[in-house]
Amino acid sequence: MKTNPAQPKAESNRYILRLYVAGTSPKSANAITNIKRICEENLQGRYELKVIDLYQQPQLAQDEQIIAVPTLIRKLPNPLRRIIGDMSNTERVLVGLDLRKNA
Amino acid sequence: MTKPKPKQKSQSEQKSRTKQKSRPEQKSRPQLPKSPTGIQGLDEITGGGLPKGRPTLVCGGAGCGKTLLAMEFLVRGATEFNEPGVFMAFEETAKDLTQNVASLGFDLKDLIAHKKIVVDFVYIERSEIEESGEYDLEGLFIRLGSAIDSIGAKRVVLDTIETLFSGLPNPAILRAELRRLFRWLKDRGVTAIITGERGDGMLTRQGLEEYVSDCVIVLDHRVSEQTSSRRLRVAKYRGSTHGTNEYPFLIDADGISVLPVTSMGLQHTASSERASTGIPRLDAMLGGKGFFRGSSVLISGTAGTGKSSLAAHFAEAACRRGERVIYFAFEESPSQIMRNMRSIGIDLEVWVTKGLLQIYADRPSSAGLETHLITKHKLINTFKPQVVILDPLNSFVIGGNEIEVKSMLTRLIDFLKTNQITGLFTSLTSSSGVLEQSEVAISSLIDTWLLVRDIEIGGERNRGLYIMKSRGMAHSNQIREFLLTDHGVELRDVYVGVSGVLTGSARLTQEAQEKAALMIRDQEVELRRIELERKRTTLEAQIAVLRAEFAVEEIASVKIIGQEKAEKAQLVQGRVDMGLSRNADVTANKQKRGSK
Repeated sequence: MKTNPAQPKAESNRYILRLYVAGTSPKSANAITNIKRICEENLQGRYELKVIDLYQQPQLAQDEQIIAVPTLIRKLPNPLRRIIGDMSNTERVLVGLDLRKNA
Repeated sequence: MTKPKPKQKSQSEQKSRTKQKSRPEQKSRPQLPKSPTGIQGLDEITGGGLPKGRPTLVCGGAGCGKTLLAMEFLVRGATEFNEPGVFMAFEETAKDLTQNVASLGFDLKDLIAHKKIVVDFVYIERSEIEESGEYDLEGLFIRLGSAIDSIGAKRVVLDTIETLFSGLPNPAILRAELRRLFRWLKDRGVTAIITGERGDGMLTRQGLEEYVSDCVIVLDHRVSEQTSSRRLRVAKYRGSTHGTNEYPFLIDADGISVLPVTSMGLQHTASSERASTGIPRLDAMLGGKGFFRGSSVLISGTAGTGKSSLAAHFAEAACRRGERVIYFAFEESPSQIMRNMRSIGIDLEVWVTKGLLQIYADRPSSAGLETHLITKHKLINTFKPQVVILDPLNSFVIGGNEIEVKSMLTRLIDFLKTNQITGLFTSLTSSSGVLEQSEVAISSLIDTWLLVRDIEIGGERNRGLYIMKSRGMAHSNQIREFLLTDHGVELRDVYVGVSGVLTGSARLTQEAQEKAALMIRDQEVELRRIELERKRTTLEAQIAVLRAEFAVEEIASVKIIGQEKAEKAQLVQGRVDMGLSRNADVTANKQKRGSK
């Protein structure tokens, strides 16, 4: 799923997130659970999260410059940020999403 | 993109020659399957290429040509060996890469369009990345895997994978993942090149050599005496023998050329064909026929002894025979050489125009020795001359690099001999030292060595030429006086006498003296002849006088005899008459006389 260009009018604090995982490895599973939890706790109602399995869409790895897995990409708001890992360190995820300063 | 054909031919010839040599060993030992790089010289060093289906580490400092070597490996694989390849770039974008290698004649865009090569630029920006928990490099694997699958790649380049260490946190994970990556590459059966930057005390910064243990190639770019030279060394090649030396290599318009020092070996066949030197008397000194074709000839001598003139003579003679000649000049420009040679009656320009003679002039300091060597290789490979002239060799000796010069010359001479090219080198010796000294380094490589030297006698410098050695032919041991005339070089016999070798005016004086002595001798002989003549004349005169005297005497005697006879007759007659007058008894008287 690509970012919908019809969404720019959305409020600036709306978060568009993509989580790239590889199959159903424990790291991938953990990352999905963790990010879902973090989003629900911190961005409830103003985020859009898509989970993409690179095994299904390998071409995206090149298009999105993915090296490490799992990778969470914050498409919006700018600037683009990447968080790698299984998202087990909530604090680091929040820093990566620039949510710490708000808190 | 493809190299000139002759080059490949010679390469394959050499290869087959090496194979022949080591066939008994190869029979008993199965060779590791190898993937030819197509890079000139590298396949010879590695005995056929990189280990097939295994990763090879190429490491070296910045700007030493790692990326280029890797790229050439891919491009040659795609174009010459029908092995598509994936180039995963961690440092340069695909666009930059395409531009960079376009100057080497690699049309990356075209290859990408024809699905021969995939270039994937991996963008890593540390500031964008935050780490949270454990990760792996499965993304890289997926990317690489899909790229390999998309074109059925057999070759992979990862340039420079160590960038990951600066771009991603947690080196421990990275190390484990890299180990997995190399194993994965092996499992995929792709021949891979992994490049790495040289680190402190290690081949690479992150110690990649620990993981990639099948083959390690070290590149080096060093500057000595302000000239740079690139070198390549196979530090490790598991399961295969390989050349262990540091081999110089060159990056030029055709890509990389590695020059294996020992690849030529001493397997060249020796020709017994002879080539005239262009100077009949010199040919005569060299067993009557001149140099052996494909031999190496050194002309050494002090300044201004006519070394270049001899070289030009040989060049002209070769061109006259319709052969091609390359003249590498290191001290004079082509036009200067042609002008100077015209003054002794050798017109080189004609042959340049006809395309039989090529003159290349550059300063030895313009590039490193290896660069010189490889450029020469390439020129020779392209032009395919029968004769190559280097004038002079010493210009290469800058400072104390004689060993390197020797090594370069060894390789050059081997190369020339392998290709049956006659090499003629000139060498300037200092007049103060021993004439033979400066050539000691290369003398053993030389087949025919002419020495041109000054002979100082009677306030004059004259040139003398003699043959120090000439392998495989009966050659003159004589010193010849060497004259530069307006119609070329002339050799004259020197005067060898009690007072030693005489040349120039001394020789002329000596000759004049000899002439005078001869004249005197001639005169003496003449004198003696005249004397003899005179004596003969005198004697003959005397004989005539005697004869005349005798004749007179004879006449007188005859006269006297006649008179005597007449007198006697008269006397008889008188008595008769008297008797008659006396009326004597004639009868009685007659009877008396009758009875008596």
